[in-house]
Amino acid sequence: MKENIVIIGGGIAGMEAASRLLDLGYKPIIIEKSGRLGGHVAEWNRLFPDMTPASDVVNALTARSSEANIFLNTEISFVNKLKDSYNIMLSNGISIITKIILVTTGFSLFDAAKKEEYGYGIYDQVITNKDLEHWFNTGDDARVSNCGMNAVGFVHCVGSRDEKARNSQCSKVCCITAVKQAIELKQKFPDAMVYCFYMDLRMFGKKYEDFYISAQRDYGVRFIRGRVSEVSENIDGRVIVKAEDTLSGKPVKVTLDLLVLMAGMVCNPDSTRVANMASLPVDSDGFLKSRDNIADIIDSPKDGVFYAGACTGPKTVPETLAEARAAALRIHLYIKGME
Amino acid sequence: MIYQGKQKIWADYQKEIPDNHWFYVRSCIRQNFFPGAEKMFLEICRNVLEKDFFETEYHTTCGGIAYHCDTIPQETVMTIVARQFSLMTEAGYENYVASCITSFGNYAEIIETWREFPELETRIRELLWKACRREFKIPRNLAHASDLIYKYRNEIAAKAKYRLINRYTGEPLRVVEHIGCHYSKMFPSKGVGGAEYPYVLCGMIESWGGNVIDYPERRHCCGYGFRQYHVKANRGYSVSNTYKKFESMEPYHPDFILTNCPGCPYFMDRWQYVIAETEGKTYGENGYGIPVLTYEELASLVLGYDPWDIGLQLHQVAVEPLLDKLGIEYDPEEKYKGLNEKDLMRPELPGVLRCC
Amino acid sequence: MDFGFKLSPSSAVNLDNVNLEKFEELHRMEPDVYKCMACGSCSSTCPAGRFSGMSLRKVILALQRGKEKEATAMMRNCMLCGKCTMVCPRGINTRHLILSICRIYNGEEK
Repeated sequence: MKENIVIIGGGIAGMEAASRLLDLGYKPIIIEKSGRLGGHVAEWNRLFPDMTPASDVVNALTARSSEANIFLNTEISFVNKLKDSYNIMLSNGISIITKIILVTTGFSLFDAAKKEEYGYGIYDQVITNKDLEHWFNTGDDARVSNCGMNAVGFVHCVGSRDEKARNSQCSKVCCITAVKQAIELKQKFPDAMVYCFYMDLRMFGKKYEDFYISAQRDYGVRFIRGRVSEVSENIDGRVIVKAEDTLSGKPVKVTLDLLVLMAGMVCNPDSTRVANMASLPVDSDGFLKSRDNIADIIDSPKDGVFYAGACTGPKTVPETLAEARAAALRIHLYIKGME
Repeated sequence: MIYQGKQKIWADYQKEIPDNHWFYVRSCIRQNFFPGAEKMFLEICRNVLEKDFFETEYHTTCGGIAYHCDTIPQETVMTIVARQFSLMTEAGYENYVASCITSFGNYAEIIETWREFPELETRIRELLWKACRREFKIPRNLAHASDLIYKYRNEIAAKAKYRLINRYTGEPLRVVEHIGCHYSKMFPSKGVGGAEYPYVLCGMIESWGGNVIDYPERRHCCGYGFRQYHVKANRGYSVSNTYKKFESMEPYHPDFILTNCPGCPYFMDRWQYVIAETEGKTYGENGYGIPVLTYEELASLVLGYDPWDIGLQLHQVAVEPLLDKLGIEYDPEEKYKGLNEKDLMRPELPGVLRCC
Repeated sequence: MDFGFKLSPSSAVNLDNVNLEKFEELHRMEPDVYKCMACGSCSSTCPAGRFSGMSLRKVILALQRGKEKEATAMMRNCMLCGKCTMVCPRGINTRHLILSICRIYNGEEK
């Protein structure tokens, strides 16, 4: 089957869709900006709630999608709308005429330094969820390795549900990620006090609630309902965190060896760029706007342009994979309809 | 602490501060608290740096204290401010600089309120016209006097006679900077360096050779808080806040504290005496307190003015240990002599806090 | 010297200084104590609550914040009627928990 299918973004959504399209007999093209496939998931260590190694997921997808035409280190230079197709010009000079585009550009991690009061990038012992996963993966981060690890805090909703940071949306995965990372730290440092500062805990997915209960019951992770308002540094380099314990209505203060900011998912500027080039609408939250948020989440309002994964909003790994499969089938039926 | 991280934030919060031609308004209380500070500001700006700073005897309070103590309505404070602006307009200036942090916050807040509620501005213009037949333009640039000294910091450094170096150790002095709450907490973009990590005083300290201390309660209020202090029943809150700050900065052994607000230096200075008397605790070396300076006093010191000419004898906490570290010469006999050798009389010495 | 005012105590809870030894003991005895999600069902159904201020939710929280006196004072009003066990969505055996709290924090009760 000679129909060109261009997949923009080689994260797990792009790879899953490509592998399914390969199964259906197509030869999709994956365009990936960076030098490797796997997107954010490739930078993660283990995945909630079963502690599945992220590399298992990425490696399996890489193997299954390897027959696709993959352009790494390649960006989209421009997109021209032709009569019934698109001309996509790549940064490597290749141009592709296609009737089908699948946008899988995913999300960006919120820049935690924007929340100035938390002091990311200023106080040494303040890191992000991503930094912690990097340490789980490589063990290479002096901030984590060299600290006393007597007390650790997690701040939920960093840059999420935050209108001042211009992200009113919930990033969906941070609550459960904090629970996962808190458990992982407790497994490595059983004597550490681990605090989670949260506004709400949104344990919506399969087995999440059990995971959360286990964090409390079996690991003794302490959940404090209240958002951290201010972080400062002690003379010995530890951080002092101030919050309100809203359940008792009293301010709380605690000194921590490490503070982990649960940076949320925000729209990827690359999604916006693609949207501008292909005249796709952007929603009020900055993510790409689907034709319909219930029935047609993977359809753009434009003929032949489809979405999968976090380019339309924060999503978990299984949700992203399910959308990618759905998009592959949708594209298959679309091509059948054209014939 | 990652210094580059702060630099990144400082770069995001730079405000436009014109170099010259300013209309200067004083604070209600600073001339009683630290009488040399405002005089030295004008002295430095006009005579050392040769800038044009205009001042009129017709200006009044900005109404800020009454406003923050909840004793006058907003229209009143706005009309007072409108009159101040009319004095600036009549004098032919467009740049307005306030000596007081609360005034600065008050002006910034009122200009922003008028921007959001233009009908209120119209009403205030009517009220001002009815009250005193005056008209005004909103200042093109609004600054706090510390913004100007920040702006001129390198010029001052170039003319400085002393650097903020401990002459006994050769090390830079350790300086706590304290920013008045009304400087940038209301409008981070209106302050040099923003609200979380203000740069306005850090910039002076760095330029003049000192080291800035960042300690856990740096952002905390000095304790003045208007209603906390002015209502005697609340004064315990005032001194408790100051105590919290001193307990937090104590391990860093600061050589002095630099401030840019009328109330902060006063309360951080005087409450050290009260804390010493009630808690038996002092925070400086050898039973002394930690000297608290205004930025004008510090600028004057580095420029080589006589400590007793700039009003340092009116500090509760003795400044002599700091002067010794800086290598500044002073005559102890002259300390309590005022203008024309007038005898100011020696104050009674406190019981706990060492003052000489 | 009396100035007519003095340092006022802070209402803030400093978690650095909270001694949780007894709570750890309680947790060993009653692992489910950590399952409380502060929903308030126990407190709203407590027949002693509206007269005496008894609230099991607040007791569990106060113990974790080092406010043992506050907690044990509340506990004195419990009549062990068992209504809280009936309504707890986490299935915490509150009766058992209350008895364990009494045993461990007995010293404070006197």
